[in-house]
Amino acid sequence: MNELIGRSLVSITDYSKEEIIHILDLAEEFEKNHRQRILDSYVVSSLFFEPSTRTRLSFESAVQYLGGSIIGFASADTSSVKKGESLKDTILTVSNYSDLIIMRNPMDGSARYASEVSPVPIINAGDGANQHPTQCLLDLYSIRKTQGSLDNIHIAMIGDLKYGRTVHSLVQALSLFGATFHFVSPESLKMPSSVKTWIKKAGLEYHQYTDIMDIMPIADILYMTRIQGERFPDPLEYEKVKNSYILENNMLSGSKDNMRVLHPLPRVNEITEDVDDNPKAYYFQQAKNGVYVRQALIAAILGLK
Amino acid sequence: MDNKRKELKVTAIRNGTVIDHIPSDKSFQVINLLNLETYSNQIYFGTGLDSKKFGKKGIIKISEKYFADEEINKIALVAPSATLIEITDYEVTKKEKVHLPESVYKIVKCFNPKCVTNIQDIPTRFKVITDHKGEMKLSCHYCEKTMSKENIEFL
Ligand SMILES: [Zn+2]
Repeated sequence: MNELIGRSLVSITDYSKEEIIHILDLAEEFEKNHRQRILDSYVVSSLFFEPSTRTRLSFESAVQYLGGSIIGFASADTSSVKKGESLKDTILTVSNYSDLIIMRNPMDGSARYASEVSPVPIINAGDGANQHPTQCLLDLYSIRKTQGSLDNIHIAMIGDLKYGRTVHSLVQALSLFGATFHFVSPESLKMPSSVKTWIKKAGLEYHQYTDIMDIMPIADILYMTRIQGERFPDPLEYEKVKNSYILENNMLSGSKDNMRVLHPLPRVNEITEDVDDNPKAYYFQQAKNGVYVRQALIAAILGLK
Repeated sequence: MDNKRKELKVTAIRNGTVIDHIPSDKSFQVINLLNLETYSNQIYFGTGLDSKKFGKKGIIKISEKYFADEEINKIALVAPSATLIEITDYEVTKKEKVHLPESVYKIVKCFNPKCVTNIQDIPTRFKVITDHKGEMKLSCHYCEKTMSKENIEFL
């Protein structure tokens, strides 16, 4: 797909429905054969201004299975950033040494800015609380793979829906495919109105709940997120709700056969370990899909597929 | 002679721009936004004037100057009720309400302290949007956060 060549990916909304489908199709190809030396003599920069081991390893594994080389840093401590270099200068320098830049940065909006100053494409691997589009793509890939299609699914999102950026992007992306949304959260962590407006504009439906069991018989996908104590203005309120959004194996008995449990990982305690052995638990496979999706994205942006 | 003509006559300018119906408490902000402090031609300026519509209003008359749309529309962020009047040889040649621009560049600060524009030396950029209640909001081009009118702070 020529439209993707040389273009940065900052936010999932940068991609059209067709472009998303194209990446997912390519990822399917890489799942069948992830060792392809199409990046021979290519250099990819991996700039992690804050540590995120999971995301970094997934990207680096994607590049190396394709035969490419990786340069960069895993935290700002070891880089020139520590000496006060501006983001612009870092990007302009590193773009001299590589064909593509993968960047994780704690500043909101840093990826959009980097994409504007960089002569080589940028893949946003998380810019603060803003966007993490490859997480969204791997979520979409996992949903499509487990449900057979992305069209008209019933997705339940559980936990911190107010601050969780992954659920916001996922809502935006799934709106392109006609989903029905079921939001389960404590009162103080409800989905923001801007996201709900987005759903209404797309002509779709959402429902809100506080009890996780209400969505059990309806959901095709159970998307779990972590509730962090520090998000609550009142610690007492956190104590009250913290155990209400933990998924245990016995709770899954009334769910649909096709239902799968997703989680962006890392989990803390919101899914108990007895769920791991249930065939409906999909979160580790979901993380694995991240490698194929990232391979697809890199190959598409570099015009190699 | 109707009242409006009379008023224009009092402090008439031959050529230039009149900005009328500015809420009184926004007059100085409008002057700042248009960078008039350094303007060397005549400027007449009144605030706390009686107005049937507003109670109190401000008016600014800038002689020998016409503004580009994008420049004048910035003031719609603070004074959406303002009227723009252009004068040529004492005659009104254009009169319209200011309207909100589609985007604002370099004049407003992002309210998100973690936004890259507040941490590094990067010019701000916002899209002007209207929410489902019809209220004007600014959406940051970089951090994608949306801020409402109360949070607008000029640079
Ligand atoms: Zn911002």
